[in-house]
Amino acid sequence: MRRFLLIAIPYAWLLVLFLVPFAIVLKISLSDAAIARPPYFPQFDWAEGIMAFVRELDFENFIFLTEDDLYWKAYLSSLKIALTATVLTLVAGYPIAYAMARAPEEWRPTLMMLVILPFWTSFLIRVYAWMGILSNEGYLNQILLWTGIISEPLTILNTNTAVYIGIVYTYLPFMILPIYSALDRLDGSLIEAAEDLGCSRAQAFWLVTIPLSRPGIIAGCFLVFIPVLGEFVIPSLLGGSGTLMIGKVLWEEFFSNRDWPVASAVAVVLLLILVVPIVLFQRNQQKQAEAEK
Amino acid sequence: MQSSTFAPWEDPDAKPLIRFKNVTKRFGEFTAIDNLTLDIFEREFFALLGPSGCGKTTMMRMLAGFETATEGVIELAGQDIAPVPPNKRAVNMMFQSYALFPHLSVWDNIAFGLRRDSKSKDEIKARVEEMLRLVRLEKFAHRKPHQISGGQRQRVALARSLAKAPKLLLLDEPLGALDKKLRQDTQFELMDIQEKTGTTFVIVTHDQEEAMTVASRVAVMDQGQLMQVATPDRIYETPNSVYVADFIGDVNIIEGRATPEGEDGYHIDWAEGQPALTAKSSAKFDKGQKCHLAIRPEKVAISAERPADAANAVQGRVHDIAYLGNLSTYYVELADGSIIKAQTSNTRRISRRSFTWEDTVWLSWTATAGVLLAN
Ligand SMILES: Nc1ncnc2c1ncn2[C@@H]1O[C@H](COP(=O)(O)OP(=O)(O)OP(=O)(O)O)[C@@H](O)[C@H]1O
Ligand SMILES: [Mg+2]
Repeated sequence: MRRFLLIAIPYAWLLVLFLVPFAIVLKISLSDAAIARPPYFPQFDWAEGIMAFVRELDFENFIFLTEDDLYWKAYLSSLKIALTATVLTLVAGYPIAYAMARAPEEWRPTLMMLVILPFWTSFLIRVYAWMGILSNEGYLNQILLWTGIISEPLTILNTNTAVYIGIVYTYLPFMILPIYSALDRLDGSLIEAAEDLGCSRAQAFWLVTIPLSRPGIIAGCFLVFIPVLGEFVIPSLLGGSGTLMIGKVLWEEFFSNRDWPVASAVAVVLLLILVVPIVLFQRNQQKQAEAEK
Repeated sequence: MQSSTFAPWEDPDAKPLIRFKNVTKRFGEFTAIDNLTLDIFEREFFALLGPSGCGKTTMMRMLAGFETATEGVIELAGQDIAPVPPNKRAVNMMFQSYALFPHLSVWDNIAFGLRRDSKSKDEIKARVEEMLRLVRLEKFAHRKPHQISGGQRQRVALARSLAKAPKLLLLDEPLGALDKKLRQDTQFELMDIQEKTGTTFVIVTHDQEEAMTVASRVAVMDQGQLMQVATPDRIYETPNSVYVADFIGDVNIIEGRATPEGEDGYHIDWAEGQPALTAKSSAKFDKGQKCHLAIRPEKVAISAERPADAANAVQGRVHDIAYLGNLSTYYVELADGSIIKAQTSNTRRISRRSFTWEDTVWLSWTATAGVLLAN
């Protein structure tokens, strides 16, 4: 009985919080749009029985996704933005994590706090704040104009650049923390041993530090890549009309077009795409756990 | 061992390979190495011996380049090594914690240093395989460090530090995790390697027997200072202080007051109602000066009757017997309650030994058996 409970709890969790919502979305994605409330058809009716209901479902919406090139362009563009943003976050996050791991012991909790601190305010407010910084009359342009570095204000807001800035800013902690934890565990005498055996500082970093922090790098990259792929708030607020991301398309289908079935189909495909990195991420975590045993 | 033929430290013209000149190392307020001066010569097998925390690893780290001396100069082959970074020193170190690269196989760990010198693939392969044979790990070449035992890891670390055939090899407790048999084999292997390659070895060890076996000279350290630097036999036979005598091997220390008698002889009054002891010493003591007589247990003979011609003889009662297999140590309690240890080799079976608990026995030793020490 106890064992059953132990297994039942996570499965119940999975069922209620993931499988049931997914089944609902899948069902909607197989329905047809309708001007009704809720805006799709068929509705399940006890009187007609389950077979009549299932007969009404079809893959029309998925076929539609392949016909209109907006969708696959949006998926591709999201992948590209997510990949680029992940690389940028890694480039920004690794040195920070490295510096934190090498900082004096007594500073580290404070530095850790500083990394986590932004989470204490609303994500939305922080993205709005970036609008204030990046807009044509924003603080960044004011400072650059004032110092004379530029003579014309730069257009950053409503471009992909602003989206990248927003993503790197928002997701940086997810990159820093796993890398930091990998670097923190790294035994300093390994670097000394590498130097003793003839490595320069740079070689020792490349041959010892990087490989030993690899699990942290991989974890950080997935933690950034996976949510960014479906990111919606940042491209909507900071991006422009040229910023094509699937999260934004999804939102528009739901709320502007009120085409729930197509929007659900978009979501289902997004989820299927995400299964690949999520499984890879799990593998990485598992391998790391085994190595530590 | 080699001291009859190989003794550059006795040659005033010999150039040392390593020279510590008044080296002090402080960590903040704490002095880890205290004004230490020492020469180590080429081809030496130099052992550092001392209690935990006395600064052995710190000395090694200064030689390897991971610490810089706070004061003083360290020279390697006549050159001040302070400005030379660790990767440019012809010195390799075997770390006390092994410091094996966890992401590399045993093979790659050993090849790591070789790959840094522009050597051909075949050369590297040959050298790594030679090293694997040496430490008997051929079968484990493709395992990762976490897949082998502690003793095997230690051998990988040893092989890795030997692979580059450095001019100076620093071994920080290289054999601690090995069982006795393998340790002895490896000790001889090390001596063999040393003779073949002419590498200078500095070895840290907690095991004084090991130091005695392998070393050309032994340095006994305490609290960042050198207490004595000498060949193993001299350290054992003629320690210069009670500390060294006590640290190396088993010893009886008898405290008393010296009275000169004749050329180099002394009377030592040491306990109420006991006859004075006699000892010979080249060190000079004034009349009434406090002194310590250090005698190794194996130099104390035990007998039922008082030996007729013994220079020193005291009577006591067998308090305890420690049976060590080949040897037995008798703890004999004297009339004043002090204990003197005497060691005899067990040439007869244990059931037939001559003395047992509570027997009254005589302990005796010659005038030259002990060493007279001032402090
Ligand atoms: N980086 C450091 N900062 C402060 N103190 C240190 C540092 N490294 C060593 N010490 C201190 O210096 C002293 C000597 O250390 P060392 O590691 O040389 O000892 P050891 O003789 O090798 O001991 P063991 O036999 O236990 O290995 C110790 O008291 C140690 O606490
Ligand atoms: Mg040490």
